[in-house]
Amino acid sequence: MTDTAILIVGVGGQGTLLSSRVLGEVALSGGFDVKVSEVHGMAQRGGSVVTHVRFGERVYSPLVGAGQADFILAFEKLEALRWVGYLKKGGMIISNTQEIPPIPVTLGFQKYPEDIDEILSSTVSTCMVDATGIASDCGSPRAVNVVLLGVLARRLDFDRKLWLKAIRETVPQKTVEINMEAFRRGYELLQG
Amino acid sequence: MKRLLLGNEAVALGAYEAGVKVAAAYPGTPSTEITENIAKYDGIYVEWSPNEKVALEVVLGAAISGARAMACMKHVGLNVAADPLFTSSYTGINGGLVIVVADDPGMHSSQNEQDSRFYGMAAHIPVLEPANSQEAKDFTKLAFEISEKFDTPVILRMVTRVSHSRSLVEPGERLDVGQKEYVKDIGKYVMMPAMARGRRTMLVEREKKLREYSEKAGINKIEYNDTSAGIIAAGGAYNYAKEAAPGASFLKLGMVWPLPEELIKNFAQKVERLFVVEELETFIEDHIKTLGIEVFGKEYFPKIGELSYEIVAQGLQAAGVKSEILNLAFEDRVEVKASRIPPRPPALCPGCPHRGVYHVLKKLNLTVTGDIGCYTLGALPPLSSMDTCICMGASIGSAHGMEKALGKEASGKIVAVIGDSTFIHSGITGLIDVVYNKGTTTVIILDNSTTGMTGHQEHPATGFNIKGEPAYKLDLEKLCEAVGVKRVRVEDPFDLDNFEKAVREEISAKEPSVIIARRPCALLKRNRSKNPPYYVNTDTCIGCGVCLELGCPAITNRDYVSINETMCAGCGLCAAVCPTESIARGDMRD
Repeated sequence: MTDTAILIVGVGGQGTLLSSRVLGEVALSGGFDVKVSEVHGMAQRGGSVVTHVRFGERVYSPLVGAGQADFILAFEKLEALRWVGYLKKGGMIISNTQEIPPIPVTLGFQKYPEDIDEILSSTVSTCMVDATGIASDCGSPRAVNVVLLGVLARRLDFDRKLWLKAIRETVPQKTVEINMEAFRRGYELLQG
Repeated sequence: MKRLLLGNEAVALGAYEAGVKVAAAYPGTPSTEITENIAKYDGIYVEWSPNEKVALEVVLGAAISGARAMACMKHVGLNVAADPLFTSSYTGINGGLVIVVADDPGMHSSQNEQDSRFYGMAAHIPVLEPANSQEAKDFTKLAFEISEKFDTPVILRMVTRVSHSRSLVEPGERLDVGQKEYVKDIGKYVMMPAMARGRRTMLVEREKKLREYSEKAGINKIEYNDTSAGIIAAGGAYNYAKEAAPGASFLKLGMVWPLPEELIKNFAQKVERLFVVEELETFIEDHIKTLGIEVFGKEYFPKIGELSYEIVAQGLQAAGVKSEILNLAFEDRVEVKASRIPPRPPALCPGCPHRGVYHVLKKLNLTVTGDIGCYTLGALPPLSSMDTCICMGASIGSAHGMEKALGKEASGKIVAVIGDSTFIHSGITGLIDVVYNKGTTTVIILDNSTTGMTGHQEHPATGFNIKGEPAYKLDLEKLCEAVGVKRVRVEDPFDLDNFEKAVREEISAKEPSVIIARRPCALLKRNRSKNPPYYVNTDTCIGCGVCLELGCPAITNRDYVSINETMCAGCGLCAAVCPTESIARGDMRD
């Protein structure tokens, strides 16, 4: 597993930053050079956010270029569609099934695309997960990020213990149990 | 053991290891985390200053006294601090002085895309530019060495993608640099004409020496490879170029001012075609052209926005660079035929107190001069309640100017809106102007008791300092009264009827007035009240869309109007505007 590029996309406030931190720590303890590019500031206020994670022997750019992503981890379906062009041929998109209409849709200026599942699955390898539902089951809808990390973890070659350690050290103390369960549920989800 | 640090965290670590004793800043994306992280170290006095000018003056004083000191700001903050910046170059320092400035190519969270490297050139101050977190730490420490060796402030230029990217950093030990002796020297530190003339001569001499240093500095280095294309790049742009052309030769610049002219000439001779890859302006490119060297740059790489691996690769490909030395992975991108993808612009958060203010201003159809902060989002649909946004503090002066230009026509039609932190930063001088020059402007201070957009920093009116310790709480009401505003009132922006009444009364007054719209930021932990979420009674909802006009991200309208329970902050504004009383608190549900 060398030179892996992962794009984490979602809506500001969904917890994409936490998942990129966990992923970065896992790659670091796996012995790789790591770069993670985060979004702070105005875009965090409910806008479309994208975090780039890359690891390998030597990584220069912190950004995942178009056609470079091995995986896209999408916290929201429309965001999966928005960024799918960053996927390399043979790459995989792992997306939450949740739909959060952006303001232009809420106001009726534009339509939320109805055919995202079909567009994605007919183009790339796609894994749709009801991460919000699973996270709620685990005790907090905010654990979406860790459920999705679990799904991703199954497809990367890092020891499961590295993930559990990184999650334990990154999430708020009182949510450790919920997040451990969220990760397990994601990890054990056999889908796609 | 290596740690995965943000570029900004690495600068803070560098400051700590360099033995910095005093640090000051005003928050501004993408620079904010530098100072937040410095505050976590013992042994450094650190403060949020009211603005960047004060911050730079504080650290300049500290440096003159003999301590190592650092100020941090975003690019537009350096405009505010430009006055002390230029003259600090004349006085030089005693203890090392570093000014960190973070540019924002792509304007992720800024009102312009200025290139701060020009400040180095204009003020005769050396500029270092790191490309990753390890360099961010190392260059910070080196900047202090250069500062003391050449008796000059040093600018450390960051960009968003270096500030906000994590990469590996090897931590080190803190240097014990102590405090240098302060010796009174009016020829050096009192910049009146006679002394400044002498220092001006020094400035030119110093820059020559710095250029010689730049020629040999280890941070400007050549990496020879295939010589059909040679690329000169620094900082974030180097990363993209290195990835786009892994087979090309590089001159990587760590010091971007003064530029190492001989080194550049040597490199240019060794390569067949010379390229400069830089974000924003043609800073390096133009300088190389003045040396009479043929160089390619902005004809292949855009001036506007951020660069990226694929933009650089496409540019080099268009320039005819042989594909063997390029990385053309972008050609493998997945093509998707998607229907129109709706954009997702940022919006005021659910529960944001500003929403109440804008609802009223929109209803009254006022011209609103705006300012810098989360509340600038009120300019976007559906609230659409802002007419101008220029720079920190501009709302008040602009409203005053509009009124003076339009005369009676404008009476009662213009208000300025400005955040609490922004008001202290540079709004207060505008308000003094309004009173002094017989204006009648109404200023609405959006007092959410924090610096919101940059992530909840304390400021002089929150009652806490950067360390979270209790501090004197600036009284905004008294401050406004003290400058001569007789009509000062505090209102709750969620009490829509009263707030509207207050605005109506104040805009019709024939004298300056201030409404302090006071309610804490919905995301502020220490003030967060847990109201239950609201819900829509679909039996009585007539789908009129009035609630949607609030632009609340928690309210959605697909087939019918509903409220997302996990997003709803329970502010109740939607219930207040609903004409059919179809929105109610979740715990009131039958």
